[in-house]
Amino acid sequence: MSAHLPSPGDQLTRPVPERPTRRSGTRRVAGIHPAVWVPSLLVAAAMLLPALYLVLATVELPPARIWEIATDPATLRLGGRTLLLGASVTAASLLLGIPLAWLTVRSDLPARRFFAVATGLPLVIPTYVGAFALVGAFARGGLVEEWFGVVPPAPYGFWGAFAALTLFSFPYVLITVQSGLRGIDPTLEEASRLLGNGPVRTFLKVTVPQLRASAAAGGLLVMLYVFSDFGAVSILRYSTFTRGLYLQYRAAFDRSPAALLGLLLVGMTIVVIVLEARVARDRGGQFGARGPTRPAAAVPLRAWRWPAAGLCSVVVLLGLVTPVTVIGFWLVRGLQAGEQVNVALGPAGRSILAAGLGALAAVAAALPVAIWSARSSSRIARLVERASFTGYALPGIVVALALVFVGIRLATPLYQTLAMLVFAYVVLFLPQAIGAIRTSLLQVNPNVESASRVLGGTRLTTLRRVTLPLARRGAIAGGALVFLTALKELPATLLLAPTGFDTLATRVWSATEEAFYTRAAVPALFLILIGSVPLAIAMIRERRER
Amino acid sequence: MRDLSLRARAFIGITAASLLAFACAPDPVDDVPVPDSTGDVDVEDEAPGPITVYSGRNEDFVGFIFDDFELATGIEVAVRYGDTAELAATIVEEGEASPADVYFAQDAGALGALQDQGLLTELPEDILEVVEPTFRSREGEWTGTTGRVRVLAYNTDNVDPAELPDSVFDLTEPEWQGRVGWAPTNGSFQSFVTAMRLTEGEEVARAWLEGMLANDAVEFPNNTAIVEGVSRGEVDLGITNHYYLYRFLAEDPEFPVDNHYLPGDIGGLVNIAGVGVLASSDAEEAAFELVRYLLSEEVQVFFGQNADTIEFPVVAGVEAPGLPSLAEIDPPNVDLSNLEDLQGTLQLLQEVGALA
Repeated sequence: MSAHLPSPGDQLTRPVPERPTRRSGTRRVAGIHPAVWVPSLLVAAAMLLPALYLVLATVELPPARIWEIATDPATLRLGGRTLLLGASVTAASLLLGIPLAWLTVRSDLPARRFFAVATGLPLVIPTYVGAFALVGAFARGGLVEEWFGVVPPAPYGFWGAFAALTLFSFPYVLITVQSGLRGIDPTLEEASRLLGNGPVRTFLKVTVPQLRASAAAGGLLVMLYVFSDFGAVSILRYSTFTRGLYLQYRAAFDRSPAALLGLLLVGMTIVVIVLEARVARDRGGQFGARGPTRPAAAVPLRAWRWPAAGLCSVVVLLGLVTPVTVIGFWLVRGLQAGEQVNVALGPAGRSILAAGLGALAAVAAALPVAIWSARSSSRIARLVERASFTGYALPGIVVALALVFVGIRLATPLYQTLAMLVFAYVVLFLPQAIGAIRTSLLQVNPNVESASRVLGGTRLTTLRRVTLPLARRGAIAGGALVFLTALKELPATLLLAPTGFDTLATRVWSATEEAFYTRAAVPALFLILIGSVPLAIAMIRERRER
Repeated sequence: MRDLSLRARAFIGITAASLLAFACAPDPVDDVPVPDSTGDVDVEDEAPGPITVYSGRNEDFVGFIFDDFELATGIEVAVRYGDTAELAATIVEEGEASPADVYFAQDAGALGALQDQGLLTELPEDILEVVEPTFRSREGEWTGTTGRVRVLAYNTDNVDPAELPDSVFDLTEPEWQGRVGWAPTNGSFQSFVTAMRLTEGEEVARAWLEGMLANDAVEFPNNTAIVEGVSRGEVDLGITNHYYLYRFLAEDPEFPVDNHYLPGDIGGLVNIAGVGVLASSDAEEAAFELVRYLLSEEVQVFFGQNADTIEFPVVAGVEAPGLPSLAEIDPPNVDLSNLEDLQGTLQLLQEVGALA
């Protein structure tokens, strides 16, 4: 994945006067072809469908009741707990992801190339599998106690949810920062070292500030993911907004209070997005004509080489090896007890089909939005890009029920077809694709496009012959990320897929729901394997192309 | 994929193509003819249907029953599996246009909620009359297909059967402090609390919940997690449904857990898994046919014996050999149709802090 979720790259390496002013941005808006902004607005409208549904469902409540629920201490407590978990997981992901990214990109870490990919792979483990596996390993009477005779701390409550979510979502930060690091011109750091600064000071004072935007982009994906997660918080017993919302749907058959909770979550999302924009100090673009002039020399870690390798190993051990081992154990134990195992090739194929189409559609929908927001500093472009986060931060069940409500009324022939499911994946995961494509465009100087215009190309030709090819790397990286998350997606797949269309995720869910762990093992391992391949390929490509 | 070798590209291409071929082909298991328990395949000339079932019951438990039904009647069945409550919410959102004909739920509360919203149709008398009255709606719009009993699952290594309590109300005693697992977010637990509110009164239910919390009851996300927690010794006792145990025993015969029944106690509530036919169905007759099939003697006997499900038959006269009889269980007298007041239960659980 790669290059691109982040953004900063070279922006700080350029002399300040080259930075575009708002005026020059406005001038460039005039150059945006309707082929870009018309589809962008359509995409934005589609992204806001879930929020619209929430409003419709909420206004069924009398205003007094809305006020009562919104100000209920229980609601406020849920909000506080959600923010606490989101902020802690994001902070921990940054503290873990940034150093790991630096170690795996810039240092002489042992087995650096292996760790560069392996530390990102916990992202392929769905939290509803990962959390189960952590319980199986660390709870009282679990595998750790059985095999090693020590009783580890119980993996429940805040700390359990915190650890699991950090472990399985910090790679968003790792991947974006790795890519940001590769886009940095190393001469600044070398200058800092020549001026007598040590490696730590150089990292903190020169490298980290340049990574601000990429770290913020990754952190935003982590934080909003925590808002929407149900698997980890329900299995590890920590109440968040999303858990409360599921509870309302599951227990009370009353959609209006649930919808109100959903709207409050949208409100929290908006606050986070605004904060992120401030942290990232997005200037609407950066304009390095080239990437880094040459690869950075590996920084020697000396005595820290092996402790650093130890840290990377622990992350891989906890985030990847532990879940896979626990699942493998379920499989072996069941097979020994004479359980039959279905190879699950059908669900694997259907998973690849649906997630693959979802990735393609997300990239197609992301292209105009990303081009618009990368190539203009228009406020509308920025708003459209940010609107795409609504679906991403909402729990899957809300988006799924919103599309049930809208789909069966407005798109009846498409209801419960593959097209509907693919559309749901786009609504849920679009920001991942937009972020990747946008960043890949920001890393290229728009003068390239100006040159095309000067040489007589129309706006449309320029778009087709210059801009789109430049977006290719971002499109591949973003597509891989959407593919991976769509593969793990559950609530929308259950409700919107064609009837009888079972995938790996639904197989895993249905088996673990009833404690058929042996039957869950094969599809779970397939899911991890199939998610790993495109992620690993995208991460390796990224490294080579730099 | 510029930097991948030709061979790697060919490999990925072939793998993807073959997986897609699998995706479009039916599952290999589906090709194996399912032996019909009656021995003959009696396909009618003009089978009604097809019908769509929204099933909150797991495919592993009921999938082959639908297959058998197709073979026996020639009525095609398409099944969407999901969470019981999420599927109910989906039916509500779909309204009149719902593609579903039959809704198969894990508990009475969800069926009661759909009945309340006028989304179910009345079942014909010949269906209702074979079912024990405790196991069906008094309005006649849904019927149970199997019964499930609330039990205390206990760890056989840590608990002496003699010290087991006779009532859930004993669990607030000091001797059970920190030793009991429950699942306040779980639908069948909430149905049980609803029943307690109905029979014992709101204040008794509140006091019991507060007593359990004060006694450090350990929260689990669902029933399987409780039984698992009991087996690991995380807790000694769990408030759960009777049938989860059998699945663990199927995978691990040494599983150190047993069920303790609570005859006559509200903690021994009998709930159901059941079905309703949607009022919006355009294949009502075929849908009723499926309900009749689920209540047929062979399917009822099967539900009571299958190692994965061992549940109580709801049709009078059918017994499950591995389970106590209904008389021995002596279920509390609760109208299951009234279990839909979950909003009140949810509020109570929130007020006492059980859903924190």
